[in-house]
Amino acid sequence: MTTLTAPAPAPGTSRPRFWSDTAALTGRSLQHVTRSVDTIVTTAVTPVAIMLLFVYVLGGAIDTGDVPYLTYMLPGILLITIASGVAYTSYRLFLDLQGGIFERFQSMPIARSGVLWSHVLTSLVANAVSLAVVLAVALVMGFRTGADVGSWLAVVGILALFTLALTWLAVVAGLSAKTVDGASAFSYPLIFLPFVSSAFVPTDTMPTAVAWFAEHQPVTSIVDTIRSLFLEQPVGSDIWVALAWCAVILVGAFAWATALYRRRIR
Amino acid sequence: MSTLAPARPAISVRGVVKSYDDLHVLRGVDLDVEQGSIVALLGSNGAGKTTLVRILSTLLRSDEGTAAVAGFDVATQGADVRGAISLTGQFAAVDEILTGRENLVLVARLRHLASPGDIADELLARFSLTEAGSRRAGTYSGGMRRRLDIAMSLVGRPPVIFLDEPTTGLDPQARVEVWDAVRELAAAGTTVLLTTQYLDEAEQLADRIAILHEGRIIADGTLAELKALLPAPTVEYVEKQPSLEDVFFAIVGDRTTTTEDAR
Repeated sequence: MTTLTAPAPAPGTSRPRFWSDTAALTGRSLQHVTRSVDTIVTTAVTPVAIMLLFVYVLGGAIDTGDVPYLTYMLPGILLITIASGVAYTSYRLFLDLQGGIFERFQSMPIARSGVLWSHVLTSLVANAVSLAVVLAVALVMGFRTGADVGSWLAVVGILALFTLALTWLAVVAGLSAKTVDGASAFSYPLIFLPFVSSAFVPTDTMPTAVAWFAEHQPVTSIVDTIRSLFLEQPVGSDIWVALAWCAVILVGAFAWATALYRRRIR
Repeated sequence: MSTLAPARPAISVRGVVKSYDDLHVLRGVDLDVEQGSIVALLGSNGAGKTTLVRILSTLLRSDEGTAAVAGFDVATQGADVRGAISLTGQFAAVDEILTGRENLVLVARLRHLASPGDIADELLARFSLTEAGSRRAGTYSGGMRRRLDIAMSLVGRPPVIFLDEPTTGLDPQARVEVWDAVRELAAAGTTVLLTTQYLDEAEQLADRIAILHEGRIIADGTLAELKALLPAPTVEYVEKQPSLEDVFFAIVGDRTTTTEDAR
């Protein structure tokens, strides 16, 4: 490797190291977030607006029994927050691909998968902050729960898993998009999905076909699980259905993203 | 540069073929680049220059043929190749949100170097970016971005550097700055393969010039060798007109001294 005429490469240059490479790239990606805090605020604004609209305008007309409406719909709002938050992941990934920085990273002696993982980890952090903002607004609006630490951990775990699954979907969108708009457009149907679920209205008021769809799509089981945890009620089989949905989306999106990425760097 | 026996070429390309469906971009490219030399790959737009550079920097696989960089096969020893090279692509590959210094520190960290901060400061100074170092790269002029881009490619002193159209879109002064940087690299023993569509750039910088046309290297040699391919020159007396570039620099009065005596 060392020949006499070429300058000796500085020591320790060549071998990729997954963890330190991913850490360095995640640090970079997080700086993008902290330098555009508006992305976190915008992520939180829409869910907060929907929350205000439903609780103070429409909620009075929706019968959720003994459950306070805010508690009833908060899980759905949290999922909407995540669905709009992951759009920034595909946006940032797409911009990396558009500029030359992606190719620079790919031509360097780094763990190549670290480039995607850095965006995914950043998404987890950014979404956690947005979720905290939404939750804080909900607390101000009067949301209270007696959920114990275990239940909270379960809520956080499910939200993290859902974020991870949707983020890998965002990676697929970012890798395959042709335009900036296209990169984030995938999230619109995801944001809409909670509306056709048990998130805002009990499904038994819906027409049969819609109700069937609502009861069998992933959001309903996730929303029902989180709601039960907030209400200190047994989660039943919902939690397993919710986890299974998240796992299926996660594995599918991860495999798809990895395949696209391999093709991209060939 | 050659103090010892014939060194193995830093870059060696044999019969490389690459097609995109019906589009035959490379139709059997052969090329050798000696260590410590600057070779210009000259060709018009779409001649396949970028495709070849992408193959050599392991971003793309060739359909046929072999290529080795720093003694490593690009197809089977990709990680080793990446450890020995640096690519400066056609579009300045800097992170616009980060400052100039942070860009350099990031690259140093990714190359697992000790004291990334010192390396960054040293390179900022070398490319006259010390003052701009704390500003976001997104605020830089085209020339500054290119300089930062090239500085990022030098982190860790890779023995082989690919520069893909390093001066496209730059103003004359910025071009001269980039040329100076490239000459410094080669003077320090780095092998440089640069692509360009500007004839004068190849003439100014390169030890050897390879002309890529319709997917093949149709000529490869020193400037003198290439000139010898043409019939002997006839002597004509022509009134010396200043080139527009001469006029520009005369008016602006800001030509960097080092370029006056360029080869």
